[in-house]
Amino acid sequence: MKYHVDEKGYYGEFGGAFIPEMLYPNVEELRQKYIEIMYEESFQKEFHQLLKDYVGRPSPLYYAKRLSEKHGAKIYLKREDLNHTGAHKVNNTIGQILMAKRLGKNRIIAETGAGQHGVATATVCALMGIKCVVYMGEIDIARQAPNVARMKMLGAEVRPALSGSKTLKDATNEAIRDWINNPVDTHYIIGSAIGPHPYPDMVTRFQSIISEEIKWQLKEKEGKENPDYVIACIGGGSNAAGTYYHFLDDMEVGIIAVEAAGKGIDSGESAATSALGKVGIIHGCKTMLMQTNDGQITEPYSISAGLDYPGVGPMHSHLYKSGRAEFYSATDEEAMRSGLELSKLEGIIPAIESAHALAIFEHKKFNPDDVLVISLSGRGDKDLQTYIDYFKLA
Amino acid sequence: MNNRIFTELDSDKKLLSIYFTAGYPHLNDTVKIIQDLENSGVDMIEIGLPFSDPLADGPTIQESSTTALKNGMTTEILFNQLQDIRKTVSIPLIIMGYFNPMLQFGVEDFCKKCNEIGIDGLIIPDLPLDVYQEQYETIFKKYGLINVFLITPQTSEERIKKIDAASNGFIYMVSSASVTGSKSGFGKEQESYFKRIASLNLKHPQIVGFGIKDKKTFAQATETAKGAIIGSAFIKHLTAHGTDNIESFIKSIR
Repeated sequence: MKYHVDEKGYYGEFGGAFIPEMLYPNVEELRQKYIEIMYEESFQKEFHQLLKDYVGRPSPLYYAKRLSEKHGAKIYLKREDLNHTGAHKVNNTIGQILMAKRLGKNRIIAETGAGQHGVATATVCALMGIKCVVYMGEIDIARQAPNVARMKMLGAEVRPALSGSKTLKDATNEAIRDWINNPVDTHYIIGSAIGPHPYPDMVTRFQSIISEEIKWQLKEKEGKENPDYVIACIGGGSNAAGTYYHFLDDMEVGIIAVEAAGKGIDSGESAATSALGKVGIIHGCKTMLMQTNDGQITEPYSISAGLDYPGVGPMHSHLYKSGRAEFYSATDEEAMRSGLELSKLEGIIPAIESAHALAIFEHKKFNPDDVLVISLSGRGDKDLQTYIDYFKLA
Repeated sequence: MNNRIFTELDSDKKLLSIYFTAGYPHLNDTVKIIQDLENSGVDMIEIGLPFSDPLADGPTIQESSTTALKNGMTTEILFNQLQDIRKTVSIPLIIMGYFNPMLQFGVEDFCKKCNEIGIDGLIIPDLPLDVYQEQYETIFKKYGLINVFLITPQTSEERIKKIDAASNGFIYMVSSASVTGSKSGFGKEQESYFKRIASLNLKHPQIVGFGIKDKKTFAQATETAKGAIIGSAFIKHLTAHGTDNIESFIKSIR
């Protein structure tokens, strides 16, 4: 269990709960109750029922024949893109809305970058009839108009984060401030495997449905539960955490993470935290993050709004530092090329986030009989305009 | 431990403490602001070390931090500015900041530097009690620094007692469930909270912060508590009037 969270909320040296006292009662309540609530029979029943009937799980494990031929390995795609709302994010929001109900909360807040987590949160709030406020950087609101419209249609209030750099990290700050101001009735649904303990572990457990399914699906198709590699893109790292979870202690399974290099690791416009980050504190946890020598958190860049975060979850910092996972980073260009390649070879337009995972083939050679499972964390509909502009398709 | 904070806490008066963000409105205003505050009769000063992502602060302090960082403020520069501060200033000085910049400077180096300069204490909102006790308490004590913990209206009585036991100067009593600078005056809720805390007869005196902005709120807060801290309202004063009129602001409080 050395890659899982310990009883104090740490993964090796990473994690913990570095929160102001104002948040202590809420985070502490969650810490004391989350495991118990999550594994109650009635919770599990409702969670799995919704994942099946509402989200459309299990998501297929698809053998990508032409992509496999192209890259000389047996490539399976875990189709999180086929989930309701178009990405893996909903696995977590379903779990957390059920958690919030059992904690007696009647108001939900969330942060969002590209809007995927915001939409997934607004969706479950509509489903449960709970008031929802989503914080989104003013700059992101301008560049992600369709998702803003979706959230509004779903009944959520979208509040612009006007402070700092007006993007995801500031939206997260604003959500945390809202929680400080509304400590009693509000639950904060964090969208990634970040934040103070127990958030990284809770989000990871809700997302671990991904690796749980991969195990039995691969058994059906390959006669064995374990692939040679599991591969996922990492921003904060929730789809990666869910994809790796049931393989963490199976040392024969290679774990591969692909970060967003943006315009190149040394370009000054990048989000490759493992390469550029140092240990520090961000949004309540100790982890690898991009910062100045003076400890000021810097603004990351990636063409993919979902990977545009200056840190990674503490579990991933530990996987990196301990050498359990191999970390790579893909540039905008490599990711866009890989996204286009998947579209043409398999008829699947991936989210640009997921296209970073597919860009692994630009960096690593595999053996022909290697079995790979790549998390296709989201679909590309939301990124159509970016694809159009990038490839001058219109 | 001989510390200027104890001297103030032992006095009979109600303490007025002022927070300002170092490097705001201009990079080199730090020393003048501190001197003017002391000369205006302020009892204690919190020097804010600016941070890019100040979670517990409202827009006023956040914006002042953003400006200070744009002005070029760093931990190193702040320490340089404060190098000779004890030649002219004798009231307690506390550095208030978030943990990450201190972590990057090196916690022991940071504390050592504070000690050399004559800083009396630290307030670090996102350094939790248990981590402090396990990893940093011995370092803070070695350099004679008082670490100030926060309590809020939501803090349980059990935890308040734990915090009281872990404290060694005063307790920073957050007036309401809010970030800094967000409440307009105190109502019945605060009154009963102030009374509830007073009735606990804690070992350490409390100084109230968040929501203190004028004579009235200062008087309300110090009815039961030992003192009060003004932050956002003072920053607003600096924004509007610069550093020339500090005394008039302080005189409007008491």
